[in-house]
Amino acid sequence: MGQTIAEKIFETHLKDTPFGDVSVLSLDRVFCHEITTPTAIQDLVARDKDRVFDPDKIKAVIDHVTPAKDSKTAMQGKILRDWARRHGITDFFDIGNNGVCHAIFPEKGFVRPGFTVIMGDSHTCTHGAFGAFAAGVGTTDLEVGILKGVCTFKTPETFRIDIKGTLQPGVFAKDIILEVIRQVTVDGATNMVIEFGGPVVDAMDMDQRMTLSNMAVEAGATSGICLPDQTTVDYLWPFIKDEFKSRQAALAEYSRFCSDADAIYAKTLTLDVTDLAPMVTFGYKPDKVTPVADMAGTPVDQVYIGSCTNGRLEDLRVAAHVLKGHHIANTVRAIVSPATPDIFSKALDEGIIKIFMEAGFCVTNPTCGACLGMSNGVLAHGEVAAATTNRNFNGRMGKGGMVHLMSPATAAATAIDGKIANSRLFGGAQ
Amino acid sequence: MKSFKGKMLCLDRSDINTDEIIPAKYLTEIDKAAMKPHLLEDLKLEGFDPAKDLDGVAVIVTRENFGCGSSREHAPWALEVNGINVVIAVSFARIFRQNMFNCGMLAIELPLETIQSLMDLKGLVDLSVDVDAGTLTAVSQDGQVSTAFFISEFDRALVKTGGWVEYADQHY
Repeated sequence: MGQTIAEKIFETHLKDTPFGDVSVLSLDRVFCHEITTPTAIQDLVARDKDRVFDPDKIKAVIDHVTPAKDSKTAMQGKILRDWARRHGITDFFDIGNNGVCHAIFPEKGFVRPGFTVIMGDSHTCTHGAFGAFAAGVGTTDLEVGILKGVCTFKTPETFRIDIKGTLQPGVFAKDIILEVIRQVTVDGATNMVIEFGGPVVDAMDMDQRMTLSNMAVEAGATSGICLPDQTTVDYLWPFIKDEFKSRQAALAEYSRFCSDADAIYAKTLTLDVTDLAPMVTFGYKPDKVTPVADMAGTPVDQVYIGSCTNGRLEDLRVAAHVLKGHHIANTVRAIVSPATPDIFSKALDEGIIKIFMEAGFCVTNPTCGACLGMSNGVLAHGEVAAATTNRNFNGRMGKGGMVHLMSPATAAATAIDGKIANSRLFGGAQ
Repeated sequence: MKSFKGKMLCLDRSDINTDEIIPAKYLTEIDKAAMKPHLLEDLKLEGFDPAKDLDGVAVIVTRENFGCGSSREHAPWALEVNGINVVIAVSFARIFRQNMFNCGMLAIELPLETIQSLMDLKGLVDLSVDVDAGTLTAVSQDGQVSTAFFISEFDRALVKTGGWVEYADQHY
C-alpha cells in the first residue's frame, strides 16, 4: 500500500508508540524564539534538568519583540541568550542578525526534506514547504523536545489539495491559501496534514510555497507540506552541495519521501485558480474570505507588509512594483518589516526600500512586529488594518482593532488608495 | 493529579481562539500567575463578563474548535491559574488540546447533543470528572447530566503522571 510523505517521515522517525495511541517521533530540529522558550528553560532549570539533547539541532532567534521594548521583553531575550551560550547553541540569532523565525531558519538552510521540526509557534507549519513534517507545539512539547529530542503526535491523516489552472496577474499564493481556508474552514483540517500539490504548486518558488504552508494551521492542520522537487533542491543547494555529488543525486534522495501514487488520502480538494481573484478577509476568522472587489472602498488606518507569511523578498518586490511612482494616501500610515536582514539587504540593493520610503512607508527592522500587536504598530480601538499577515482574530493587532488579511500587492494598492483596493496588476484603478 | 470538579461555566460559541483566551500582549509574562486577571478578557460573547463570570469556575463547557490559533501554552496556563483544569467541547484545535494534556489538564470532547444538554442545565451547575472511569456528572438544582467520555490511554497517563515532562523523563 502506498504512503503519503507524512507517513514516510513518521515511519523513519518513529521511536515509540505508547499504548498504541500516539507516535513518539525523534526530532531533527527544535526551533526556539524568545516568547515561548524562556518559560520552558525556567521549568527545566527548576526541575534541575537544564540540559539540551543536541545543541546543533537546536536553533534559536529573538524575533517577536526586538529590540526589546521593556524590562519584561528584555528579560525574555536575556533568558534565551544566556541559555544559548551556556549550552553551546551556536545558531542563535540576536539583534543585528535576527529575523522572523519562519523566514530566517529556511534562509539558513536548516530545514531539509524528510525532517521533523517543532517550534513553540503555530506557524512552524511554514517549514513543510521543504517537504518536512514541521509542527507548532506548546511550551511543554518544546521543553521535552529540547531535553529529549522527541515529540508526540497522533499519526496524521493527510488532506491532499491539488492546485491547477493559470493564475491571473495580480493573484498570488496568498490569495490561493485564503481561498483554500475559505473552502476548508478554520477547523476542516484539524489533526490532518495538508499536502499541497498540482501544477501551480510545482511552478511556485520556495517563497510562495512557504506562504501556502504558513497558513495551513489556519485551517486547523498540523503541518502543510509541499513535496520536494528540483525547486527545493536548487534553493537548498548552497547548504547541501558537500553532502551530494550532484543536484540529481540530492533530488533522488529527497524524492524518496514524496507520496506514492497509490497513497491514501483522508480528504482531497482540487482548486482551479484560473478564475481566482485577489482575496481578502473580513470579520474575525481567517475563513471569512471574499474577493477584494467585494470589500473595495473600505477605509483603512494602517497598512502592514511583513510577517512569516509575506515578508520575504518576492513579497517586497511585488509590493514595490505596485507602489513605484505612487505615494500612500494621507489618511493612512504604512509599515513594512522585511523578514530577515538578508532580505532587507537585498531589498536595499534592488532599490525596493527606497521605493517604500518614497511612497511614505515606515521601514522597520526585521521582526514579527505589528502582526500580533506585541511590539510596534499596535492599532487603536476602532482602527482598521490591511495586513499581509495570517490572523485576523479580534484584538490581534491591538484591542478593538480590525485586521483584513491580503496579499502584498493588494496591501500596496490599499496603501495608495487608503481604502481596500485591487492592485493595478489585477486591473485596479491607479 | 489535578482537581477536576467544581463550578461549570458555559461559553456558547465556536472557534474561541487563543488570542481571546489570553491576548498576545501578555505573552511577555514569564510568571504564570501574572496571567490570572487577563483570562478571556478579549472574548466577545453576549452576557459574558470576564471580570465577574469566572469567579470560582473550575470547568468550561463550549462548542467547536476551542483554542484555535496560536500555539501559546499561556492559554492553558491562564485557565490553570484561575483554577480551571477541565475544558469540555465538541472539538479542540490540535495544539491547544495537546497543551492541556501536556500540563496534566483535561480537554474532553463530547457530542454536540451532550454539550447542549450541559448548556441547558439552569442555575449553578457543579461538574465532576472521574478520570479513571471516564465519566462525568453535572448537577444543578433542577437536573443532572451524566455521560461517559473517551480519552486515549496515553492522554490518561499524562493526566495521571502530571504531564508530558514527567512522562517523557520517565520513559525516554
